[in-house]
Amino acid sequence: MGNNGVYSGVNKSGQKIVSPDYLLFEAPREKVFMTGSEAVKEAVRRASVDASVSYPITPQSEAAHLIGELWVEGYVGVYFRGESEFGVMSEVAGCSMAGARIITTTSGPGTLRAMENFPMWAGSRLPIQLVLMARGVNSPLSIQPDNLEISFLLDTGVMIWHAENAQELFDMILAGFVVAEKTDVHVPIITAIDGFFISHTRESIMIPPEDIALPPYNPYMSPTPIIDAEIAPGRYIKDPFVMKSNYISYATHASWQWEVRAAIERSRPYAKHYLRGLVEEYGDPEAELVFVASGTAASQAKEATRLLLDEGIKAKVVKVKSIRPFPHQELLEATKTAKYIIVPEFNIIGWLEREVRAAFYGKSNATIIGTPRVAGGMTMPPEIIYRDALKVLGKEVSYVL
Amino acid sequence: MSFNIYKVNEELRDFMPPEILELEEKATWGNPKRGVMDLPYAKELLEEHSLCAGCPESDAFRYILASLPNPEDTIIVNSTGCTSLVFPHIALHTVHSLFGNQNAVASGIKRVLEYRFPNKVKDVVVLAGDGATVDIGLDCTLQSFFRQEKITTICYDNEVYANTGGQESGLTVKGHVFKMAPKGKQWDKVPMWQLAIDSGCHYVVRMTVSSPRRVEQAVKKAIYVAREVGPTYIHLYTPCILEIGRNSDEGLEEMKLGDKERFAFFEYMTPQAEEVIKRKKEEGLI
Repeated sequence: MGNNGVYSGVNKSGQKIVSPDYLLFEAPREKVFMTGSEAVKEAVRRASVDASVSYPITPQSEAAHLIGELWVEGYVGVYFRGESEFGVMSEVAGCSMAGARIITTTSGPGTLRAMENFPMWAGSRLPIQLVLMARGVNSPLSIQPDNLEISFLLDTGVMIWHAENAQELFDMILAGFVVAEKTDVHVPIITAIDGFFISHTRESIMIPPEDIALPPYNPYMSPTPIIDAEIAPGRYIKDPFVMKSNYISYATHASWQWEVRAAIERSRPYAKHYLRGLVEEYGDPEAELVFVASGTAASQAKEATRLLLDEGIKAKVVKVKSIRPFPHQELLEATKTAKYIIVPEFNIIGWLEREVRAAFYGKSNATIIGTPRVAGGMTMPPEIIYRDALKVLGKEVSYVL
Repeated sequence: MSFNIYKVNEELRDFMPPEILELEEKATWGNPKRGVMDLPYAKELLEEHSLCAGCPESDAFRYILASLPNPEDTIIVNSTGCTSLVFPHIALHTVHSLFGNQNAVASGIKRVLEYRFPNKVKDVVVLAGDGATVDIGLDCTLQSFFRQEKITTICYDNEVYANTGGQESGLTVKGHVFKMAPKGKQWDKVPMWQLAIDSGCHYVVRMTVSSPRRVEQAVKKAIYVAREVGPTYIHLYTPCILEIGRNSDEGLEEMKLGDKERFAFFEYMTPQAEEVIKRKKEEGLI
């Protein structure tokens, strides 16, 4: 355990401890047919998780139930239902401060209820994993798929990965712990999916055996003191300078905020390795028409490239797997032949389009178009993306929707 | 017991500030019979403090820290307010995260420490003001009681938001004029000690900090009961002498007045708590 590269023995659940590389890349895998929520359960089962706190909200509730089943089965050490998402995110903070590998789940309004906690997690350098099953944010009341809430999280100081499907979610949950817990990273990780589309639909995914698991979390590799009274306390100072109005206090706060962002930046090489790249390219490598998308919008864009190919138009999709850190360089590289960059999204504001524009400003001559915008639970048929792409190219739209 | 973490590395001894060396040499560790009578002789776990001169909250901090039966394995969780200014001065593991979430954080810490260290006693104590405990944090406070979390919650009731400049709180008495209540508070003081009883606390006490020995007794009882049975609650009147127009040497007098009326000593315990307290008394620990 730790950073010496030697992995042996069993975890508290009696599973054989294997290296993250073995678990993610080398172990034999078996095909199963399951929902995204069940994929969460199977990932947590193999992740040597110490604790989880739950709260009901659609569509993440089932994933939280299933983690509870793992607790009954002995795969998770601590599990209970908290009082609200605000309480839950504070409870998981406590669990993490006390040295636990911790996972929790939430959705939509729950994310906003919990919001004050996320910068606190980051500032406390807690490698908590939150599985975010995105849904509409009220009001009016909606439980439907919509990933607007991810935009609220972008500047909270957490890492954010966006999975396209249940397979990617399974692998991201395992990789998420590994990357977030690196001593030089050690910030929270949000693994997001588009709710319902992934949480409630079944697909074939490949998973390793259930008798192997990630190395347990070693809290003493944390860059800040673990609150367990087993190591010297981190604070015993005459002057609580961080709460004073003076330049040392301001400088301390400023440098710590930079440090949290720098820690996210330091996750890049690890994330690149364990996610096999921060972006994924699909379609014609030389295409002038490029879709940049994340989550299920990437799946739909892939389908749209096939429709476009029927019209003789070459296109490609660059899927963004990591939203924080944002893969500026990879995106520029993957779109260097692009004349048109189309960003389809499952939200009304186009947060990914904003990110792409900010990343490309002054660095690319491609025209960036944010379309389509699908929100409130509407689906995004590939034909809509295809139609919008044809319009961008000034071509006649012959396909009947 | 984790006293070893307070031992100074020999190679660094020459460079350590005297208060850190004193912690190793003169603080009372590994002795559950420690108490307020050690105050004149032992190194305190509070190094100075940042509260106003004569603030009764500082007395409360000193008495509580002197009375913890297991300081080397005690985690203190606090919240935002006057008290949060003091936490960097405390020699133990302390946590500040948000305003009002202290009992939620403490719940997570306690449960994980029980899981990680099943054979060790690790006490978790919440220390927070009345705004944090009863207003913004009431949900988390009561829910931790409902869940029967094995933590001790101590509320410093100064009946006002003092750190933000003297605004009305839920624990302000009816009629009192504070900021945000310019016509006087329109509703009664929240009887938090009664809410604690109704919400499942096994030991509840309401008192001022005018008597150090009585604070010691309450702290020890509350911690021993929380360890074995479930949540416990201590409600302390620590008046904000600044906001009620008292001088810095009048805190004790104000509390003694409180002893006779609104904060007359009140103690509640469940039969399970009574059994623990009786046993600890027989063992000479209370």
